[in-house]
Amino acid sequence: MSEQLDAGLIAERIAESDQLGEPSGAHEVGRARRRKEDARLVTGRTTWTDNIQLPGMLYMAFLRSPMAHARITRVDTSAARARPGVVAVYSGRDLAGEQGSLPCAWPVTDDIVIPDHPPMAVEEVRYAGEAVACVVATDRYKAADALEAIEVDYEPLDAVVDMTEALAEGSPLVHESGNRAFTWKFAGGDIDAAFRDAPVVIERTYVQQRLIPTAMEPRAVVATTDGDGFTLYSATQIPHVLRVMLALTTGIPEHKLRVVAPDVGGGFGSKLQVTAEEVLSLLVTRRLGKPVKWTESRSEGNLTVHHGRDQLQRISLAAERDGRVRGVRVDLLADMGAYLMLVTPGIPLLGAFMYNGIYKIDAYDFTCTGVFTTKMPTDAYRGAGRPEATFAIERAVDELAHELGLDPVEVRRRNWITHQEFPYDTICGLTYDSGNYEAATEKALALFGYDKLRAEQSDRRDRRDPVQLGIGVSTYTEMCGLAPSRVLGSLSYGAGGWEHASVRMLPTGKVEVVTGTSPHGQGHETAWSQIVADALGVPFGDVAVLHGDTAISHKGMDTYGSRSLVVGGVAVLAACEKVKDKARRIAAHMLEASADDIEFSAGSFTVRGTAEGRTIQELALATFAAHDLPDGVEPGLDADATFDPDNFSFPHGTHLCAVEVDTETGACAIRSYVAVDDVGSVVNPLIVEGQVHGGIAQGIGQALFEEAVHDTEGNLLTTTMADYLIPTAADLPDFTTDRTETPATSNPLGVKGVGEAGTIASTPAVVNAIVDALRPYGVHDVRMPCTPERIWRVVSEAGPPASGSGARAGAASAEAPAGTSAEAPASAPGTASAPGSRSGSDSGSGSGSASTRAPGSGEATSSSEGGAR
Amino acid sequence: MPRITVTVDGVTYEEDVEPRLLLVHLLRDRLGKTGTPVGCDTSNCGACTVMLDGRSAKSCSVLAVQADGSDVVTIEGLARGDEWHPMQKAFHTEHALQCGYCTPGMIMAAIDLLRDDPDPSEEAVREGLEGNLCRCTGYCNIVRAVRLAAQEMSQAGERREVRTP
Amino acid sequence: MIPAAFDYIRPASLEEACRVLAEADAAGDDVKVLAGGQSLLPLLRLRLAYPAALVDLGRLPEPRGVEDRGDHVFVGALTTHDEVLRSGVVREQVPLLALATATVADPAVRHRGTFGGSMVHADPAGDLPAVALALDCVFVVRSSEGEREVPAAEFFVDYLESALGPGEVLLGVRVPKLGPGWGFHYEKFHRTAQAWAIVGVAAAVRREGGTIGEARIALTNMGPTPVRARATEAALRGLSPAPTGDGDGARDQVRDACGQADSGTSPPADLHAKPDYRRHLARVLTYRAVRAASG
Repeated sequence: MSEQLDAGLIAERIAESDQLGEPSGAHEVGRARRRKEDARLVTGRTTWTDNIQLPGMLYMAFLRSPMAHARITRVDTSAARARPGVVAVYSGRDLAGEQGSLPCAWPVTDDIVIPDHPPMAVEEVRYAGEAVACVVATDRYKAADALEAIEVDYEPLDAVVDMTEALAEGSPLVHESGNRAFTWKFAGGDIDAAFRDAPVVIERTYVQQRLIPTAMEPRAVVATTDGDGFTLYSATQIPHVLRVMLALTTGIPEHKLRVVAPDVGGGFGSKLQVTAEEVLSLLVTRRLGKPVKWTESRSEGNLTVHHGRDQLQRISLAAERDGRVRGVRVDLLADMGAYLMLVTPGIPLLGAFMYNGIYKIDAYDFTCTGVFTTKMPTDAYRGAGRPEATFAIERAVDELAHELGLDPVEVRRRNWITHQEFPYDTICGLTYDSGNYEAATEKALALFGYDKLRAEQSDRRDRRDPVQLGIGVSTYTEMCGLAPSRVLGSLSYGAGGWEHASVRMLPTGKVEVVTGTSPHGQGHETAWSQIVADALGVPFGDVAVLHGDTAISHKGMDTYGSRSLVVGGVAVLAACEKVKDKARRIAAHMLEASADDIEFSAGSFTVRGTAEGRTIQELALATFAAHDLPDGVEPGLDADATFDPDNFSFPHGTHLCAVEVDTETGACAIRSYVAVDDVGSVVNPLIVEGQVHGGIAQGIGQALFEEAVHDTEGNLLTTTMADYLIPTAADLPDFTTDRTETPATSNPLGVKGVGEAGTIASTPAVVNAIVDALRPYGVHDVRMPCTPERIWRVVSEAGPPASGSGARAGAASAEAPAGTSAEAPASAPGTASAPGSRSGSDSGSGSGSASTRAPGSGEATSSSEGGAR
Repeated sequence: MPRITVTVDGVTYEEDVEPRLLLVHLLRDRLGKTGTPVGCDTSNCGACTVMLDGRSAKSCSVLAVQADGSDVVTIEGLARGDEWHPMQKAFHTEHALQCGYCTPGMIMAAIDLLRDDPDPSEEAVREGLEGNLCRCTGYCNIVRAVRLAAQEMSQAGERREVRTP
Repeated sequence: MIPAAFDYIRPASLEEACRVLAEADAAGDDVKVLAGGQSLLPLLRLRLAYPAALVDLGRLPEPRGVEDRGDHVFVGALTTHDEVLRSGVVREQVPLLALATATVADPAVRHRGTFGGSMVHADPAGDLPAVALALDCVFVVRSSEGEREVPAAEFFVDYLESALGPGEVLLGVRVPKLGPGWGFHYEKFHRTAQAWAIVGVAAAVRREGGTIGEARIALTNMGPTPVRARATEAALRGLSPAPTGDGDGARDQVRDACGQADSGTSPPADLHAKPDYRRHLARVLTYRAVRAASG
């Protein structure tokens, strides 16, 4: 949305009073500018979608299936229709002729099964919460009441909540075509050679539990029509993509459809979607000719905002005895839920290229099977595929370190790409352009006080302190900036990865920037202003950034995947360069000089060697008047640019976490957390730090607190915030953050993206720390979220700790799935019942998990703690 | 339908309300006070926190009829003219908000916290804000902002009571 | 979400409230009492309750406030949690109540939620019922017929069910002062700061010479009602609170006694814990609470 005028003025005044200190070289970029966005947000002058009131507005409410899987045999809306204030009631059948199918834009294989996905169920419901009818009434209270008067008869069908069960012979079918959506393979190097006679093989199975993204603003939609065109306001991350998809889905011509993302209260991927409610709101406003609004409640949202993660990861790692990793094999099951939504099948594949992490390996083999279950579909959630990959490799590398008696930092050091080796072509076919893992790690270790904490850990182990200290290491990289369009094309993605920007000088010398990114908390108005201020030499306060409205910003690819700065910010810079080029020609004309002799500095174009010049503001006015322009130059000083990167960008960093685990209760508290991230050059360090903080908190949420739990019937049990627990301020420590800066070489700003880094890094850091704390008990895994109950069970089933410096070999990871069998890690195909149990264990788990094949491995195991600490 | 009288941000309103009308819906849908958002239905998130007779309350868990005769201050009534409340300034200065959806409630809860504890420790701030969820910031900068505002308010001898005089 | 419609009655006095409630009961109407509404409102919004009417006692001038009555402290039912926490009488005379109240929900909820409402709601996961049970509080109940007293042990009848009969309201609770020599602790174990207790332990311990003279222990969320850990209370009597001996060979008799804390309980299975884990926690946390209370 456009900045509000009054907020802009206030922001300007505030900005003037901010005590910022002089930025180096008077540059805006790199400066901790306070955000322009804040003025409206801290005063309540926001435009959340639910704040929008239009004359004659009607309110929609959805009746949702109470069953995970059932045939709809009857929907009777007549009683509801008779309720006071009710304007209309629709069942799926009423809308069947026009509602189309919700789109999936990422058919990852040629033979992928993409089932029909009606926005409102007609014949069959396939997850609890699926819409089966809707009421349109004169206020939201009446709409809610009328829902209770709708009668629906269901014929129950069997639910399928577990992926491995879904793939088993004779499983109930989510769709007639079967429960396998696709199998996608990828490989590099000779994986058989890597594993053949490998001295050490680590095999583990990890469960990426199902998560509920939980943006603070629940979804909301307002749809309106003037009888010809349509406007849809939505709490979305993707107004541009949404417009295209809604046009294709509803048949409303694209040029008759305007989509607006007003102030949007967080997304984390959950608002990267084309939702049933968006489509249905449009259809209803088309039918009734009146504006309609739908606002979800939190409990409705927990059911029906797409979920995240939900993968079963089987990772095998072949290594030399010195810790050098030879190869990595990954076999992944990814729970699609009941349907394939916008990018559902692509999410696990975004991780496919990241299981090598920051390491040099010779061979890689990846298989992913997408599986249908009778649950809410999964889709993007902060990190989207990359947190899963990073978790698996970082957990497995820790297991390798333990197996070999090496310090977890040391085993990483022996494998990582050194800074002299960039650019580096990875086994996954990516070219990491830049990085310095050594520097980030050294900085993190120093900030953390690593050696001192290790000493304390050793002491607590010796004392058999019931509260054990664990230290978790996570070194990560990720690919962001999604992405080069040609790469997306090769992955069968339905769109490109470019971004667009317009920069226009207004007659009075102020600047309007139009961006195709669609911020919802990231501070683009501020950061883009900083880029423009430097590029054009104009004051920060003279720049306005417009976004999130397809009538204002006519093209863009929106905001997700840490792409906005690395693609959209660079597009803004490119547009500025074009403006400057044009200004230079005009300045040369006005100054009667050659364009080659015009120098640009601090907003002025001067003739080389003279004081004679024109400011960019003067040139803006001159081009507005257009009285004296060079031949062939059009009036106006503005430019468009579209940037399509050649490569992804690769932020990296080292996160260290110290946890205290109370082995008596299973309680776990994070004592300290250090993050050193390298996100390349930094436009605004304040915003970068904020992104890292929030990312870490969300990753910790996955590690310790969050899980969407279903019962065996497929009912979601975590429908409220009292059940789905996200961390409060009192549950998190202060985070120590710092940076190294290795500029990206793939874009002129040198930036890499920061939106997802914290989340990607923190989850394995925390779980590694917990497992590290429990090594003396022979524990080598705790399933996420690492709840007190799970930790207690692992500890109590493992038995008493080995004394002091020796680790007990042989205990299993012990997970009695808590709460429900539905989310049980149970057995992946070919995986034994005790995921992650170690060789030589008494669990008899056979093919499951690790085997240390070389003679003498037992010795290595038994001495591992002493060797490392 | 009960008739209630309620003062919101210094303006007195007389409204006929259904007994079940939630205070937050009165504010948002009837009085146009959309600065106060709704984030959940179980009083966990605290996004809807307002000052009710000078004390923080979650306006999604109060019936409008319960507020009859009461004084309500929302995020929209905090500034004095163009002068922001020190807590608003501190949230801006410390970058204690990103999407901003939790911010109105968080600011109200933070102001209430300082009423009792003018110079809270980090731990006291974290515990005092346990009823307000934020998904963007990881809370670090919120804690910093509250402590900064505490200092500013102490130095300025700032009023701690937030209600209509 | 949005509550279903209900009628709203705001009686001018407690007498009127009792009469209204009795009439509603006689007419077969499902009428609920509204005090602070902090437990009731979420239930209404989720449409887990459909009362025909709410009787709002929230505006009544009494029973409200904390009063020192010699051998006990009387806490009026309409006193908010916040007022309880601010009461010097509570802090000094019945500190266990202050300790537990400080863990109830969050500050904003404590501003509205009432002491009596938490008791009458009779949620076994609530923190205050265990305190009442541990301290052998006496519940004073009013109806049109007059007043009656209900001991805490009889007040919590079942899950979300108190001993209040038709036409009855809770006037307040007599919280006994236990006198000198007592120490107190409330140990709450939950997954996040705002989550319900998985298990809570309210402990009061009287030291007599070098030993435990008497212990009163009640458990939160270990059954459909709060439960006294009677076996542990009996076993603790006469024990030295400090472990005897040193190092691994130390005999911690208090720990042994607390090993019976879960006996007689019937802990629930839910999202956050299964019964065996709750039993384990009850034992460990009781030990910690007793040590803290006797320290």
